[in-house]
Amino acid sequence: MLRHWFGKAVHGVGIILILITILFPLYWMIAASLKTADQLFSVPPVWFWHPTLSGYIDAIFDSGILTALKNSVIVTSCAIALGLAVGAPAAYGIARYSFVGRKQIWFWYVTNWMLVPVVILLPFYLTASSLNLINSPLVLILVYQVFVVPLIVWLLVDQFRSVPVVLEEAALLDGLNRFEIFWRVALPLVKPGIAVAAILAGIFAWNNLIFASVLTPSDEARTAPTIAMAYLGGYSVPWTKVMASATMICAPVIVGGIVVHKYIARGLTLGAVK
Amino acid sequence: MATTTKTEFVESTGQVGGADTVRPPLRQRLEPWFFVAPSLILLLMVGLFPIVYTGYFSFHDWTMGFGTPSFSGLSNYIEALTTKAFGLSVARTLVLLAITLPVQLALGMAIALALDAPHNPFLKRLLQICLVIPIAVTPAVIGLLAQLMFNQQFGIINYLIGLVGIGPVDWLGGSVSAFATVVIVQIWEWTPFVALVLSASLATVPKDIEEAAMLETARWWPRFKSVVLPYMWPGITAALVFQTAFTVKAFGMIYSIAKGGPGGATRTAMLHIERVGFRGFDVGLASAESVLMLVMSIVLAQIYIKAFYRDS
Repeated sequence: MLRHWFGKAVHGVGIILILITILFPLYWMIAASLKTADQLFSVPPVWFWHPTLSGYIDAIFDSGILTALKNSVIVTSCAIALGLAVGAPAAYGIARYSFVGRKQIWFWYVTNWMLVPVVILLPFYLTASSLNLINSPLVLILVYQVFVVPLIVWLLVDQFRSVPVVLEEAALLDGLNRFEIFWRVALPLVKPGIAVAAILAGIFAWNNLIFASVLTPSDEARTAPTIAMAYLGGYSVPWTKVMASATMICAPVIVGGIVVHKYIARGLTLGAVK
Repeated sequence: MATTTKTEFVESTGQVGGADTVRPPLRQRLEPWFFVAPSLILLLMVGLFPIVYTGYFSFHDWTMGFGTPSFSGLSNYIEALTTKAFGLSVARTLVLLAITLPVQLALGMAIALALDAPHNPFLKRLLQICLVIPIAVTPAVIGLLAQLMFNQQFGIINYLIGLVGIGPVDWLGGSVSAFATVVIVQIWEWTPFVALVLSASLATVPKDIEEAAMLETARWWPRFKSVVLPYMWPGITAALVFQTAFTVKAFGMIYSIAKGGPGGATRTAMLHIERVGFRGFDVGLASAESVLMLVMSIVLAQIYIKAFYRDS
């Protein structure tokens, strides 16, 4: 009995320590965004203070963070939409048909996830600049498909496989063709899976820095992670403003991550863990 | 049972071979491709065509913005392999991998086991939700935050270690300490992911087998080694595959912490190639180095996929 009580206490303390390690940096970011510069630089650190929104006001009024967030929303949502438009049918095809090359296609999608981005960065940049598409959200939407499509396909193949085949067979007997079955029977049944795939793909698209910083560098076209970097150019870093921006940039992905937290491991492990 | 039904369903639409069946009409044989082709075309366009283009440039000399590419044979590859900068950046990437992988695996396993223990359901639930946060947070933001927290003068880390009499450390100023900072932050960022994967794979261990082993021996380690671990290999391999990819591909966090500095101490292969291509404008060399990285990642991916799918 004593041993049980002791084990429980050790376990609880351990988990609390892990929670502090995970959450403290985020607390510190949000705290810094609500301090004045003096409070932020103070040693020893200020633990209790009257929060101020001046960091947020600075960020919103003089650094184009709103434009960057808007660009990120446009790029991310279009990348998800395009990824779903091509990825959902592909997942259905892979889940429900057996055809020559099915396995190879699937492996190739897996390899795309391992692809080091610099390998495709230069040609993308050169092609985009010869087509006058640098600073166009279209280029980012396209290049993000390299990881968005594989992610969506992996997640949805699993989802489509879990749809009972009898439902689709019944629909076939009712005279629907396979495209109608996909669209009207299978797709509605995997709606929750689609939401998860969309959010997961969205997190990676939203967070990307390397493609965004090279392909959309202008003030008007840059995305949220890129603008965060822009503050670091000068000699003195406006930390309260930077942390206010940082909080705004990662708020949507943190919320999205929490919504899909149950699926994130499964989604990224190609169903190896079941 | 499920697989039989699936096969029947597939066959009922014309996949049947054999003596008395006619070859299915072309439309039915093409049917799966209507579903798969759009994604295939898109990925060929954005994922394969650029690689071919990079391959072409790797055999040419060209400074971006000046003149036209001229054929130069293998000279870019020779330059990449014989000058120090690229080799060092690959070495840094591999050192980063060699340090972070074991630590992430060990800590991740500890967290997974903590989540599997029967105590404190509320704390475990909270931890499960919070584990996703470091994975979701924008890496560029993580790097900025690290700059603030590891700052020599006013950073909270130096204040905290000062309380126990260590420091102050010039985290981002020295080459070893800057690399250590990247290591620490990389571990913070991705250990939760390893924990989630291992926790999911721990859940696949059948409870009755575990209970039977409990009757066999009361000691934890032999039980873990011979009963639990075999079920976890696919999960462990998956964690390794993804951590390798995440580490080799890491850019946003490392770049925003120190932009590869001080003196190149944190310049991993990704940062090095980006610098050669987009700051030095040496398209040929950057392309050759990219191709070498591609070969490396394909070899790694193939090794992992082979190991990985044998079990599942």
